[in-house]
Amino acid sequence: MKVGIPKEVNEEESRVGATPKTVKRLLKQGFDVQIETGAGQRANISDTEYEQAGASIIATSAELYQSSDIILKVRAVTDAEINLLQKDQVMLSYLSPGQNGELLSKLSAKGVNAIAMDAIPRISRAQKMDVLSSMANIAGYRSVVEAAHHFGRFLNGQITAAGKVDPAKVLVIGAGVAGLAAIGTAKSLGAIVRAFDTRKEVSEQIESMGASFLTVNIDEDGSTDSGYSKVMSQAFIDAEMELFRQEAKDIDIVITTAQIPGRKAPVLWMDYHVDLMKPGSVIVDLAAPTGGNCQLTKSGEIYTTDNGVTIIGKVSQLPAQASQLYGNNLCHLLDDMGKAENFRIDMEDDVISRAMVTYNGKVNWPPAPLPVSPQKPKSKADIEIAPPPDEATLSKKRTTKTIITLAIVGGLLYLLGMVAPSDFMQHLTVFVLSVFIGWQVIWNVSHALHTPLMAVTNAISGIIVIGGLLLTTQSISDPITILAFVAILVASINIVGGFVVTHRMLKMFRK
Amino acid sequence: MISSQIQLASYLFASILFILSLGGLSSQESAKRGVFFGIVGMIIAMVSTILGQGVEGHIYIIAAIAVASVIGILVARKVEMTSMPQLVAILHSFVGLAAVLVGFGSYLDPDTQALTGASHTIHLVEIFIGVFIGAITFTGSIVAWGKLDGKIRSKPLLYPGRHLVNILLVIICIVLGVMFAKASGTDGMIYIYIMTAIASFIGIMLVMAIGGADMPVVVSMLNSYSGWAAAAAGFMLGNDLLIVTGALVGSSGAILSIIMCEAMNRSFWSVIFGGFGSTPTGSGKEISGEVTALNHEEVASLLDQAQSIVIVPGYGMAVAKAQFPIYQMVEHLRKQGKEVRFGIHPVAGRLPGHMNVLLAEANVPYDIVLEMEEINDDMPETDVVLVIGANDIVNPGAQDDPASPIYGMPVIEVWKAKNVIVMKRSMATGYAGVQNPLFFKENTNMLYGDAKDSVVKINNYL
Repeated sequence: MKVGIPKEVNEEESRVGATPKTVKRLLKQGFDVQIETGAGQRANISDTEYEQAGASIIATSAELYQSSDIILKVRAVTDAEINLLQKDQVMLSYLSPGQNGELLSKLSAKGVNAIAMDAIPRISRAQKMDVLSSMANIAGYRSVVEAAHHFGRFLNGQITAAGKVDPAKVLVIGAGVAGLAAIGTAKSLGAIVRAFDTRKEVSEQIESMGASFLTVNIDEDGSTDSGYSKVMSQAFIDAEMELFRQEAKDIDIVITTAQIPGRKAPVLWMDYHVDLMKPGSVIVDLAAPTGGNCQLTKSGEIYTTDNGVTIIGKVSQLPAQASQLYGNNLCHLLDDMGKAENFRIDMEDDVISRAMVTYNGKVNWPPAPLPVSPQKPKSKADIEIAPPPDEATLSKKRTTKTIITLAIVGGLLYLLGMVAPSDFMQHLTVFVLSVFIGWQVIWNVSHALHTPLMAVTNAISGIIVIGGLLLTTQSISDPITILAFVAILVASINIVGGFVVTHRMLKMFRK
Repeated sequence: MISSQIQLASYLFASILFILSLGGLSSQESAKRGVFFGIVGMIIAMVSTILGQGVEGHIYIIAAIAVASVIGILVARKVEMTSMPQLVAILHSFVGLAAVLVGFGSYLDPDTQALTGASHTIHLVEIFIGVFIGAITFTGSIVAWGKLDGKIRSKPLLYPGRHLVNILLVIICIVLGVMFAKASGTDGMIYIYIMTAIASFIGIMLVMAIGGADMPVVVSMLNSYSGWAAAAAGFMLGNDLLIVTGALVGSSGAILSIIMCEAMNRSFWSVIFGGFGSTPTGSGKEISGEVTALNHEEVASLLDQAQSIVIVPGYGMAVAKAQFPIYQMVEHLRKQGKEVRFGIHPVAGRLPGHMNVLLAEANVPYDIVLEMEEINDDMPETDVVLVIGANDIVNPGAQDDPASPIYGMPVIEVWKAKNVIVMKRSMATGYAGVQNPLFFKENTNMLYGDAKDSVVKINNYL
């Protein structure tokens, strides 16, 4: 089977559907890989690199579309490209099926089986092919870098001979993959990071990345089964706006990442918030392509407002990195579809059936909802914790128990003393005291030495040899002597073997 | 010939040396001294016994000791450190066998027959108990050896009503004991033979019912039994040195068993009577997520980038004898200024402290080998955790899945680290028969293959 990677026609798209590394993976999966000349140019990948990886270079896109069974693209196809596509060809790319109904019908009319990489359901099994996550990760990282570039100060706090520098304060709105990546990056650059999200469940994730979780005093959880947050009530939004108003005066950098699938991004950062911000502050709006979270964002533009706030509406895609991750996502998907040998479209599969937006000439959108990995139910044991009994009753109980035990032991010893001969009692004394000594001594043995301890006690328990020694008689034909002889033999093996092996072990321990 | 007073004094001295010997094992530095004390104590005890009154047949004694010494040294020299559990188990069986033989001998001894009244009865009871414990230790240890050596399958052998059968057998033994104590002369021999057979059977079934994961408990329990058998022999021979030593060994083994049980969050009785493998119902929770695998080169590059690395070994490392290449890897990484440490779970391996011994064999300095409690707090700051041939001891289900059979067992929290690499031969479950959600976590990657081969390959890429 042939996999074709055309050059992206959109001038702003610098990513490409495969890198030399993913070409190698595709070849391993059994595919033949062909690449349009210059496809990797904007991601700094030359044709030679692809060739060295084992791909063949095709001169024109027409030829490439003509001879490939599977097309790997990044951006949705243009009308010109649709004309090149062929019936039953499989195409993988971003499609935004929710917004591009017309495109879907064109593709289905053409008989193309199109997989929308941005429609892969966000379930655990599909994480490795989830392009939204992998791309969001890059965007989150890059957003901080862009912000730092436009922000005229250090991000970290320093105390230098020339004076004290305060750390920058970063607010991240929306703690999805991009938000969390931004938090991590900002934190590692030394900034103070706060984060806001309508979903209560992410507070733990936010805190684990080192940011503090901001919240409003309204008990409403924005989480949904899809993993995205839902549209919140008016009361909640009002409280949120008020919270942002407080924060705006204090914050140096705002990074917004809030998106709702298939809809325009929610506007969360109003013009009056921007007005409150200090001159020199920076806003990075990662939702700019879907309308922007900030009211003043201009998509694809970076500009400074009248009060000196820089609003960034475009973020570089880090094309080489992004292509690599995107390419890996594609490889994983093809791997799941059976590689080259058993390649098939399985419409029973939860992932494929939902991402396959056109199939056999029909539009397959919107798909049936599929909940993300369910939260584990809270077990009863977690909730019902018995109140610990208070110390006093506990110690009283213990005392009573000890007294009863001792009384029983004393009684038994008395009974024993009535019948047993005196030397038995002597032996018993020795025995009991030895048990106590052993008990005290052994607890001190360090855990690492438990095996040597066992070997040494094993050797010492060979002391039973003395029993054999005492029983031996002059005559070898005496059954007692034979018994004793064998007893001495095995016990001595034990003693010698035990000590030698312990010695061997201990010799090995070194600091 | 030395007088009995001097003999007793020597015994006292030997007892003190034995106590110091065990006390010496509290740290690595004093441990070697401890073994020396033990050897000296043993020599004093044996010499003073041989030179004492009433000992005859010196030729046979010396012959037996000489032969035994040669065998002992050869075996102990030859045995591989990975086979240590087997060796310890088989040596325990020798003590059990010796106890049985000494018991028989003591019964046949004319001095015993000369006793009368209560002391005669008590003596017979001592013999009976000594042989009983000895026989259980003997057969139990042989089965344990077979299981550890892979000669007997390690799956627990359980049959319905086994508790009832065991109780019945013990009752029969008690009845036999009463008849034995009442028999005159050496007529009781038949009873003690039958009892030995029954006790041997109990010993076999006791250990057969215990699964592979519980082996550390069994081995330490048998260690304890061998001590009690020696103590019982001391009672029957009226020898305080045997009593003291037996009691020391017995309590030592008991403590080890308790420590092992605590490490598995199970009661001692449930290990001895339960049979862990009887409830492989698995986790009540569906495990979601996908297992991702890495190749050796990718693991090597992860290690290259990491600053702090923790290695968690398990029985798989012992099986593959991977400790040597692991040490090469550790040395290499440490030279680059990385922090490399080992995290050892108390029940990793088949013997208490098994992993420590194996790592020591490969020259790993013991100050980078840490216990579970010491390492768990550092997990969130760890870049890469290498889990080598371990499974149940790194199972997050023990903490968050109440339906899991190992719920509540303390585990090494490797999943809190940034990256986890699990080296395993396959996706098979561990000894507890429980699926491990760790493998499905996002920060976990598998590296399939024999642990030794894998580590060698990683070393090539480093």
